Amino acid sequence: MKYLPLLLLALIWEGVVQLGLISRDVLPSLSDVASAGWKLAREGDFWDNGLASLWRGSAGLALAIVIGAVVGILMAWWRGVEAFMGPLVEALYPMPKSALIPVTALWLGFGDGSKILLIFLGCMLPVTLAAYNGARSCEQQLVWSARSLGASRLRVLIDVVLPSALPELLNGIRSALALSFVLLVSSELIVARKGLGYLIGFLGEGGLYDAMFAVVLVVAFLGFFADRIYQAFADRVLAWRD
Amino acid sequence: MISVEHVSHTYRPARGRDVLALDDISLSIAPREFVALLGPSGCGKSTLLYLIGGFLPVEKGAIKVEGAPVAAPGPDRGIVFQHFALFPWKTVKDNVRYGLQKQRLPRDEQERRAQQYIDMVGLKGFEESYPSHLSGGMKQRAALARTLAVEPKMLLMDEPFGALDAQTRSLMQAELLAIWQRTQKTVIFVTHDVHEAVLLAQRVVVMSARPGKVKALVDVKLDKADPHLVRSPAFGEKVDEIWHLVRDEAIKAL
Repeated sequence: MKYLPLLLLALIWEGVVQLGLISRDVLPSLSDVASAGWKLAREGDFWDNGLASLWRGSAGLALAIVIGAVVGILMAWWRGVEAFMGPLVEALYPMPKSALIPVTALWLGFGDGSKILLIFLGCMLPVTLAAYNGARSCEQQLVWSARSLGASRLRVLIDVVLPSALPELLNGIRSALALSFVLLVSSELIVARKGLGYLIGFLGEGGLYDAMFAVVLVVAFLGFFADRIYQAFADRVLAWRD
Repeated sequence: MISVEHVSHTYRPARGRDVLALDDISLSIAPREFVALLGPSGCGKSTLLYLIGGFLPVEKGAIKVEGAPVAAPGPDRGIVFQHFALFPWKTVKDNVRYGLQKQRLPRDEQERRAQQYIDMVGLKGFEESYPSHLSGGMKQRAALARTLAVEPKMLLMDEPFGALDAQTRSLMQAELLAIWQRTQKTVIFVTHDVHEAVLLAQRVVVMSARPGKVKALVDVKLDKADPHLVRSPAFGEKVDEIWHLVRDEAIKAL
């Protein structure tokens, strides 16, 4: 029910093209896109490219989450780490991450490595900042309680600081998730021989606009789907709030 | 036995001038004694408690617990805070079990002991609740159970009932007295409430406004088991006596 406007949009799309209000050269009809998509799905190419993108995206994002969270929490906990990493994070955070596309391609070529590195570098900072801010908001008295109940200083980091940081950290990971899609598709459009972004570019250049639109829709749907699953996961993890 | 010897403490805020919070405090507390630290807000009574707890470093003077200088927090000194400081992501049961896990007790012993203390503070039926679903009084019961479960020799209490409504507070005071009489722990209880101090403590340490010094030590020789204690003349006189000592300090702290 909530997604009724989407259905409406689909109907309008189909309608304006069928009525000839918009030329099929600019916007193919939704039914043509659907059938082109169906044809694409039955050929192996689509799945090869999809799996390549999935692997790059999840590997880069996983690295960004793990390393970003560890760095952020250590920054909040030890002044030395903060003094060293703080200015770096601050300076690099506003940089447009897509500017790294040619750089990572230069280092690691056209394959998976350059995409994974790009997504890792681009997504790490939002996670780091979120973990840092979350860990800093950890209440002193929670730390003291854990210490007086027998937890070591290091143990407190895992038992108290990490869960305290979790609400903010999970928000940061959500931004990183969205950013990973942007970086993945744009890098594949520019420098790749595989992947959904590459497929979009390839089909577009070949004039196969029905199929191109189909892949664009698939990417949009994947992004939406990933975000919904992630939100459901985050809500479960944070069930203790409210 | 806790001994505080010539302890001074300075707060050094990141911005602004240093503040002398405690000035040459000396105090000794016997085993099983119930002592109240009483004074106006900002007199450093909580700071003194945190120093004894090992949460803040002792910079000047010495604090010894059973002869050994305090270096770090430890499970021999349980703490209860005004705002409970329960782990919000853990259920009541898991909060209470936390200290037992740190002691590496066997799992069934953890369960047994956690349940014992949850029952003791009257939270049976709320084992699986998260703190956000509990009332203030229930949160403080849960926090008390968590602290008592590790069976500390000393209880450090930082205005533990200050955030509770009057009825709940008075019930919790009675429960604390019962627990103290049963378990024979040493209790150091920070409060700014004269009535509460006289009701609970055997000895009241009256502290002066900033910088905190020991202004007076007052013995409270009243029968804590007497259910009519608060209506007895002796109780009223004790409250008056201490209130006179605190009044000037409270005015200075305004």
